[in-house]
Amino acid sequence: MSIKETVNNPHSHWMDGTGPESDIVISSRVRVARNLAHLPFPHLLSREKAEDVIHAVQTAIENRVFREKMGKMELTRMNELTPVERQILVEKHLISPDLLEDFERKAVVLRDDEVLSVMVNEEDHLRLQCLLPGLQLNRAWELVSRLDDGLEATLDYAFDEKLGYLTACPTNVGTGLRASVMLHLPGLVMVNQIKGVLGTITKLGLTVRGLYGEGTEAKGNLFQVSNQVTLGQAEEDIIANLISVTRQLLGQERAAREALYRERREQLEDRVGRAYGLLKHARVMTSDEAMSLFSDLRLGIDMGIIKNIPAPLIIELMVLTRPAYLVKVTGKDLSPVERDIYRAQLIRKKLSAAQQS
Amino acid sequence: MECERCHQRPATVHLTEIINNEKRTMRLCEQCARELQAQAMGFFPQINLHNFLAGLLHNEFGFPTTGPTVAPAGARCEACGLTEAQFARQGLLGCGECYRYFGPRLEPVFRRIHGNTCHTGKVPERTGGKVRVINRLERLKAQLREAISREEFERAAELRDAIRELEKELQEG
Repeated sequence: MSIKETVNNPHSHWMDGTGPESDIVISSRVRVARNLAHLPFPHLLSREKAEDVIHAVQTAIENRVFREKMGKMELTRMNELTPVERQILVEKHLISPDLLEDFERKAVVLRDDEVLSVMVNEEDHLRLQCLLPGLQLNRAWELVSRLDDGLEATLDYAFDEKLGYLTACPTNVGTGLRASVMLHLPGLVMVNQIKGVLGTITKLGLTVRGLYGEGTEAKGNLFQVSNQVTLGQAEEDIIANLISVTRQLLGQERAAREALYRERREQLEDRVGRAYGLLKHARVMTSDEAMSLFSDLRLGIDMGIIKNIPAPLIIELMVLTRPAYLVKVTGKDLSPVERDIYRAQLIRKKLSAAQQS
Repeated sequence: MECERCHQRPATVHLTEIINNEKRTMRLCEQCARELQAQAMGFFPQINLHNFLAGLLHNEFGFPTTGPTVAPAGARCEACGLTEAQFARQGLLGCGECYRYFGPRLEPVFRRIHGNTCHTGKVPERTGGKVRVINRLERLKAQLREAISREEFERAAELRDAIRELEKELQEG
């Protein structure tokens, strides 16, 4: 599958809804930051040297040993893509918004199934990422670590005996590891406990963010929890800590959902039903409204209130109804109002197709 | 009384905030109060991590947190030319050598961010293998010196053999 197919296909393996605890844990992600030795970090890199980094990565992934170990991975320079295509990669969570800035000197390496990717010349020379559905952090780390070894077979990393992997920002030094889970927590939001729960998490060396990474609010009751400390703990310990906190959160969320079902069943079913009704029949829908209705509908599906819609469809719709995808689907630039109309249309179409099948 | 935030709806909520021991009361309408409270949850207005870190570094590196920054003469990484002032402003180091160059001054920063100053995780498979051998070699040499000083010659002979073995490995590998 080429990068063009990747941007044309709204689906990605992480949206499958497979994997353990996938009713609440939407996806697991592990990324590590790596830099090449003897070169300035990307923000001080000349255009020429930035090209050298891309070239070195290209050579590394074409290496025979790498191919045998990791299979085929494809490098694409960001300037080979249209602005819409670049934005789509962000909306699919395959690259960070940072890779869009100064894109002339940046590139992305993708594996066919979009599970593994490498951002080139983001904040660090290399950012290796693994994205899987459900709670699969250990598996994600295994895959990233193997990709890391494959690249290191030909690339010399900036590594210090005492400090570990050297990164542009001192907040990443050591393991360079950022592990995160994306959680759907409507129950805790509805019973008004989310604030307390998230407050506790930040005291455990973890960070909580809204859906689309840094700089955005939490939409659709989706929260991303990740580790903060990267130095002084082994990768396995960082991941074990995040898994154990996630399990706690799962317990709390399930308890909240049960309490809602037991004590406020009518209101809950009403809310889910209204969301379903609006999504099925609305003719104009903003992105924010859609996200919040998707969350309600997904909760209804998870709790068995809505039976004929597959849960993964909701995650796919969340990506599909983002601005860049709408532009891609309709094939033209859209004004915000047009976008809202197309969004509503697309949702109606997808939901009725799901019902019939 | 009108809401202090939107100046449109009537104020019905008194929101009291205490920041650094300074109490501030706002008279707000219900909608604005809700929005502000949502913001207080910690992820609405995102703190830009780099700016946040830069603030931290400003203090650490002894620069004033307000007013124009004056670059201290000569304080720069010899490999990439990054100055301390640049680092304190952006929160990003310039290259791997910066860690060596700014090393001791970074330690308090590491301690504050990570609670630690020493990596205990993964080591690169190919290039790091050497690092691992060198580390081990140095430990053995220290043990050898200690064994000799204690006149434990049998132990010293064992250690010497182990060191020779490792040195051979290092030369071949």
